[in-house]
Amino acid sequence: MAKYNLKINGKIRKVDIDPSTPMLWVLRDHLDMPGTKYGCGMAQCGACTVHLDGTAVRSCSLPVSAIGKGAITTIEGLSENGTHPVQKAWIEHDVAQCGYCQSGQIMSAVALLKENPKPTDADIDNAMSGNICRCGTYLRIKEAIKTASKN
Amino acid sequence: MENKNTQSRRSFLKSSALTGGGLMLSFTWLSSFKSADKMATLNLPEQWAELNGYIKITPDNVIKIVCPNPEFGQNVMTSLPMIVAEELDADWKNVVVEMGVHDNVKLGPQFTGGSNSVKMYWKPLRNAGASARQMLIEAAAQTWGVPATEITTKGGVLSHSSGKTAKYGEMASKAATITVPKDVKLKAVKDFSIVSKSQKNSEGLKVVTGKPLFGMDYRVEGMLIAMIQHPPAFGMKLKSFDASQALKMPGIKDIHSFKLYDDDYAQAGFDTRTFNEMIAIVGNSTWEVMNARKKLKVQWEAAGDVKETVNGRGGKKEITVPARLETTSKQLELMEEYAKKPAQQLRKDGDPEAAFKNAATIIERTYNAPFLAHNCMEPMNFFAHVQADKALVAGPVQAPGWIEPTLMKVLNLPADKIEIQMTRMGGGFGRRAYGQFAYEAARISQKMKAPIKLIYTREDDMTYGIYRPMYTATYRAALDVNKNLIGFHIKGGGIPENPVHANRFPAGAVDNYLAEGWEIPSNVTIGAFRAPRSNFNAAAEQSFLDEVAEAMGKDPIKLRLDLLKRAKENPVGKNNEYDAARYVGVLELLKEKSGWGKPENAGKKRGVAAYFCHNSYAGHVVDLVMRDGQPYVESVTSAIDCGVVVNPDAAINMVQGAVVDGIGNSFYGALTHKDGVAEQNNFHNYRMIRHNEAPKKIDVHFVQNEIDPTGLGEPPFPPVFGAVANALFKATGKRFYNQPFKMETEKKV
Repeated sequence: MAKYNLKINGKIRKVDIDPSTPMLWVLRDHLDMPGTKYGCGMAQCGACTVHLDGTAVRSCSLPVSAIGKGAITTIEGLSENGTHPVQKAWIEHDVAQCGYCQSGQIMSAVALLKENPKPTDADIDNAMSGNICRCGTYLRIKEAIKTASKN
Repeated sequence: MENKNTQSRRSFLKSSALTGGGLMLSFTWLSSFKSADKMATLNLPEQWAELNGYIKITPDNVIKIVCPNPEFGQNVMTSLPMIVAEELDADWKNVVVEMGVHDNVKLGPQFTGGSNSVKMYWKPLRNAGASARQMLIEAAAQTWGVPATEITTKGGVLSHSSGKTAKYGEMASKAATITVPKDVKLKAVKDFSIVSKSQKNSEGLKVVTGKPLFGMDYRVEGMLIAMIQHPPAFGMKLKSFDASQALKMPGIKDIHSFKLYDDDYAQAGFDTRTFNEMIAIVGNSTWEVMNARKKLKVQWEAAGDVKETVNGRGGKKEITVPARLETTSKQLELMEEYAKKPAQQLRKDGDPEAAFKNAATIIERTYNAPFLAHNCMEPMNFFAHVQADKALVAGPVQAPGWIEPTLMKVLNLPADKIEIQMTRMGGGFGRRAYGQFAYEAARISQKMKAPIKLIYTREDDMTYGIYRPMYTATYRAALDVNKNLIGFHIKGGGIPENPVHANRFPAGAVDNYLAEGWEIPSNVTIGAFRAPRSNFNAAAEQSFLDEVAEAMGKDPIKLRLDLLKRAKENPVGKNNEYDAARYVGVLELLKEKSGWGKPENAGKKRGVAAYFCHNSYAGHVVDLVMRDGQPYVESVTSAIDCGVVVNPDAAINMVQGAVVDGIGNSFYGALTHKDGVAEQNNFHNYRMIRHNEAPKKIDVHFVQNEIDPTGLGEPPFPPVFGAVANALFKATGKRFYNQPFKMETEKKV
């Protein structure tokens, strides 16, 4: 067990935990932040995507010991009431079907737009292809990213 | 997720005043199908105030509508309340939606599956809305001293020609004392102002802000996490285990083996489970349980032939689950062998033997498809808190009404002591119609005497079974010298289920027709998968018709239209399941919207397919290109007849999703076995369609009519496979008979 002061969504959160614990389970089990989802546990599906210092990372494969002073942002940290431009675009295009993968999709999209505010279709495919949507909402995700890129 | 329902679940509630005023209506399922004459009013004491019915109205004019059916992405938490709100004449902006708890008496079948939600609830929910509206009118009439016939409603406001107006909330309390009307008039489709207009997903904001919605997100104070260790192969069982090392791992509370069903248990139709004895690992947190599980030392052994008692649709029977440890290449050989044996005749019209004997040309093709894993993005999971005299279970499940009787037997508790809450499901596709994970959770909680949440890892989920079956079918067509289709023969089989829909197109359109089926028992468990059986048949049949059209020298759409004309005007045989006119309508719309046969599309590599299932009709034209030497579906045009479309934008989303799902499974979907072990166990070796492989454009068009809704979740899925296969032929010059096509293209193209 080890003690960590984690910077999550702008707040310091203290945990005393096995250093190998992936951030995904720190968030979900220990900090009661269930917005970040478990899908595969091996960085293949993107459901667990969060930001580490603004970069999209798969939290299922990121041990808490690797975070250090890095700032974590989760879906809960984008906005409390869905006012982030990407969240708004997701609502505007009514993207979600089951919705389970969407927080990971949104986190990947936010990181993409931060790097590349006007992505092409190919840029979107490159940045988003690590996020699986079993319901097949890919077309709407692309439309929503384009809408968000205008704002 | 807190359940605030303090009512006995079996209360027969009709209509009640809420504390401090307000109207709540609920309708018993059977009576809501008929006129509402048996409904009476009933005032309830204060503590009953927060009961669930379909409609609750507060004095400050908030209208709460309860969704009876579990949500798995088909958008019922929006579309079903829309139907109520339409007839209620509510202002949609003032409507809040709540997921109902399981109560089949009050809320009907509550079954999500079979593309049935909107179809089965269409009339009951319209009656629910219209009855409540009529009671509000009556309340206003009494209050104002005017005839009810002079009162109109619009957007949640009651108005009288004298100028008097009132919001629903103002009249709700009084309305609760009004006798439920005997007959209510429903709106004409043309007068709809909520239904058939696109409304946003009622949970869209919660999804994008990461609110706890799913079974995985369910938690209560003191809850433990549980996982199961199931045998590593189909046909294996637990012999012994040593948990001494695992128990020393941090955070571990208990490790025990358990039996899911008692030895003499007769399984109902959806009680399917792959393994009966498993090991439960229970601890404080997910990661700790995952790590401890790795330290388990387990001995497995061959299960041998297993006798099971099944009490399904066909009545109670004994079956033998064979010992064979499955290997895919051997499964294919076995299917080839069975395909040559005599099979069960499912339908026969005319004299097919003579037609084939006299044929100038016979076309014969065989199609194969593998097992498919559902791969819902949210792996299977369930919460259970079993106490001595009662149980609460909660989680993602498609059919709470089906898991209740099994839970009663597993826990030996009466129905009114078992509460079932339905969370949002992170996908279902049929997988969550089977509730074995709920019984596992209940068993573990019972043993632990604590609230537990059972979580499957992705690997647990993908290797557990309950797959789409493995199928094969041989199609034969007999043509006379003038290239007329004079005979049609389908012989299909599978492991462990025969796929054939004997009474579907082209049955009814060919004079001499024969359908046969056979089955090979297996220990690999199977279950419904988005449009069961249809998802294979549409692929095979629609590919085959493309070849038949080619042999006849006909345009493939023209061939289908000619056959349907025959089926409409002078149908062959009895029990044809489909409506030829609606089928034609979809093909005509598809032809028009895709520009089929137009010169500007002449150079495109196009494939077409159309299919009927789950009461609706769907067709696609797929435009495929070769990209870096690999096939890519660039754009798709879809035409659907599902009757009245309740929520058009969401319906388009679902059709687009079905198309993407269909392309993904046509190209990549496969679950194979070696010596009983599933060879794919996570997304690194089970390939799913991804962003860059989805089409650029999917244009969706609906046939406009006023037919009561006939379902949409499944029908657009099956024809995708056939359209993709037919477009692949245009692009490559080769026919593709074995799914997934990608494996073949990688080998052959």
